[in-house]
Amino acid sequence: MQDLSRFPLELTGDDVPMVRFQQVRKSYGSLTVLDNLDLDVAPGEMVTIIGPSGSGKTTVLRMLMTLETINGGVIYVDGKPLTHMPKGGKLVPANERHLRNRRADIGMCFQHFNLFPHMTALENCMEGPVHVLGLTKAEARDRSEDLLELVGMIDKKDQHPSRLSGGQQQRVAIARALAMRPKVMLFDEVTSALDPEVIGEVTNVIRGLVDEHNLTMLMVTHQMGFARDISDRVCFFYAGRIEEQGTPADLFGNPQKERTQQFLSAVKEAV
Amino acid sequence: MFEWKWDFVWEIMPRLIEATGNTLLAAGAGYAIAVVLGLALALGQRTPYAVVTFVVREFVEFIRSTPLILQIFFVFYVGPQFGIRLSPWMSGMIAIGLHYACYLSEVYRGGIESVAKGQWEAATALNMTTAQKYRRIIIPQAIPPALAGMGNYLVGIFKDTPMLSVIGVAELIHTANAIGSENYRFLEPYTMVGIIFLAISLPAAGLIRLFEGRVRRKLGL
Repeated sequence: MQDLSRFPLELTGDDVPMVRFQQVRKSYGSLTVLDNLDLDVAPGEMVTIIGPSGSGKTTVLRMLMTLETINGGVIYVDGKPLTHMPKGGKLVPANERHLRNRRADIGMCFQHFNLFPHMTALENCMEGPVHVLGLTKAEARDRSEDLLELVGMIDKKDQHPSRLSGGQQQRVAIARALAMRPKVMLFDEVTSALDPEVIGEVTNVIRGLVDEHNLTMLMVTHQMGFARDISDRVCFFYAGRIEEQGTPADLFGNPQKERTQQFLSAVKEAV
Repeated sequence: MFEWKWDFVWEIMPRLIEATGNTLLAAGAGYAIAVVLGLALALGQRTPYAVVTFVVREFVEFIRSTPLILQIFFVFYVGPQFGIRLSPWMSGMIAIGLHYACYLSEVYRGGIESVAKGQWEAATALNMTTAQKYRRIIIPQAIPPALAGMGNYLVGIFKDTPMLSVIGVAELIHTANAIGSENYRFLEPYTMVGIIFLAISLPAAGLIRLFEGRVRRKLGL
């Protein structure tokens, strides 16, 4: 058992981060995927994670969505511990009830969309609001239709996912996640499975969210141009740690570390 | 040599038709038990508790590895020694329902395992409870791939109902036996029973395939 006494029960003060990874460790057997990760994301901030495959960037999002357990450290969301809960004045690993409570702040979009194939676009969006949030069908429908409008999918609302293109499915998936009104949105390589000509329709939706909504966002992407355009901060991951981070202008324009330079020039050549 | 007697066929048909009703009732009731109990047995192997999984798994294996007829005898003849006295019908339904529940649980298990991992993750991201994930997301997707197997066992249970004749359930074989012994003629009753089974099994298999297609379309798969 790790000693959790040095982790606060709650984050307090003037600038509590929306998300804090504190000394987070993740390993699969002897393979360390993340090595004592410290990362803060401020409210309303858009942070993009880039890096070679296997560098642990997707794992960061999956841990935050509680799809993966962590082997050390604590993750805080909105000042309160996510992976742990206070009990008798100290932190203990969270139970399912605590996770259900805290997970409500987080929404996620996946590389392969993961829409529910047996539901229409609208039903996909209404599912969570009706069955998890307890909204009436009418309320959930209004909310879902507004969001499908926002992502430009309102005219396809009665289609099943199998009838939609990848870009359309991903836009519905974004609307579905937003319908839960999360404080933090996670985008896990949401354009990686898309045909090049439809990537723009998805990135435009995310661009709109950045401009018009006060969402905190964490994104893993291989679209360097997109990351550069919309991020407040870019983190370059290498071998389970943040090798370098900074504003897009600094990180892309003037990378300091050798590995960052190598990665960025390799990516540039590929394009 | 025996000759085929149509008069005799017409004479015994009302009794055979009545017995057909009993056979269908036995198959239907047994299957209804199997469908519900089978799902419980499939889910029982997916709890976080290793002991529960182990016990359910071994139980299913045990039932699948022993003959149905033994299980029918057990419920009907051994039950009373433990103070459980059940009618032939009740015993038969329990035995055959339980037997097929174990087979169906494997079909369900396959269907549940065929649902993509991303569906579970999306359901978690929507903050659903485990029960909601199964009810709303996983089982609706697990059923269509399981329908073919479920249909096979529906026909299977129908063809296994004659086993209930051994404890005196008046289904087709039991009735045919009775007619044969009363009249010393077995050719017509047994032949007609065979034809009745064929006439029900064959169209049933076709209807199940049609139903499967409709369900898939309805779910947009």
